[in-house]
Amino acid sequence: MGLNISLSPEVLFTLGSWPITNTFFWSFFVFLFLIIGAIIWGRNLKMKPGKFQNIIELLVDAAYDFVLTTVGNEKKAKRVFPLILTMFFFVFFCNLLTFIPGQAAVTIQTATGVVPLFRAIIADYGLVFMMTIVAVLIMQIVAIAVSGPLAYLGKFFNFTSPLNFFLGLMDLIGEIAKVISLSFRLFGNIFAGEVLAAVMLFLAPFFIPLPFLFLSILTAVVQPFVFSVLTLVFISMASEAAVVEEKTETIEAIA
Amino acid sequence: MEMEAAKYIGAGLAIGLGAIGPALGEGIVASKALEAIGRNPEASGKITPLMFVGMAITESTGIYALVVALIILFA
Repeated sequence: MGLNISLSPEVLFTLGSWPITNTFFWSFFVFLFLIIGAIIWGRNLKMKPGKFQNIIELLVDAAYDFVLTTVGNEKKAKRVFPLILTMFFFVFFCNLLTFIPGQAAVTIQTATGVVPLFRAIIADYGLVFMMTIVAVLIMQIVAIAVSGPLAYLGKFFNFTSPLNFFLGLMDLIGEIAKVISLSFRLFGNIFAGEVLAAVMLFLAPFFIPLPFLFLSILTAVVQPFVFSVLTLVFISMASEAAVVEEKTETIEAIA
Repeated sequence: MEMEAAKYIGAGLAIGLGAIGPALGEGIVASKALEAIGRNPEASGKITPLMFVGMAITESTGIYALVVALIILFA
């Protein structure tokens, strides 16, 4: 018996020519859970909150305050808050699904052989990559909306001097590198946790893997937080770019 | 050298060397955060989440090294 670790998710079955992997299959359940939960929850909100609503309101309120202090503006915070919290909850519930006991043992017979039915959803680089692309696209859209398309392009292609041109190209590379750094951070942490747990279970099946599982519970909470906070910080940076320029212009005008 | 042996050596070197920087960095982050909490214990609620974010960002280069090592080994 050997360790069986693969970087790519396993294909469970194909719909026509479209392969359905186990991560896709399970992420669908998380989507359904969140959407149905949000609909039911949104209908049953009361002015006089019960115990459960009180707890949720406390958490959401704390999250909103955090976003508000980072963005620093009520209007912007209200716009960006749903996206950030949705990203957090999606990744968080995907990670929580990993801790259902016994799921790793379930395998299924497919056309290509026996594959595990379950896999940590965030340990699929395709999903994380697409989520990061969405986040980075939103940053660019915010930057364009705030500073205008010409000023946005002018930030990257600046012909005033060779040094500015070089720095603009560096900015462009920095924007592309954001995709890689954000996605690798989330994917690497969760995948590493999975591999670590597998290796420890392989070496010593009883009790020894427990502390490593606690460590991956910590990762499961901290990493979605880091991902959404970084997205938030980048978006608020993009929305502030024009304001800073205006300020420097007025300072120059005064001087 | 055998291809397989080179793979294992490469993966070991990648994660071993890649872990040095983040380890030092995370130590510095934790020590500074604890120092700050020691000076101003009331601010620990604000410092701790920021410390975790800082640690996770510091850790990312180590995670890149780990991803590279895993790709060398399993892909």
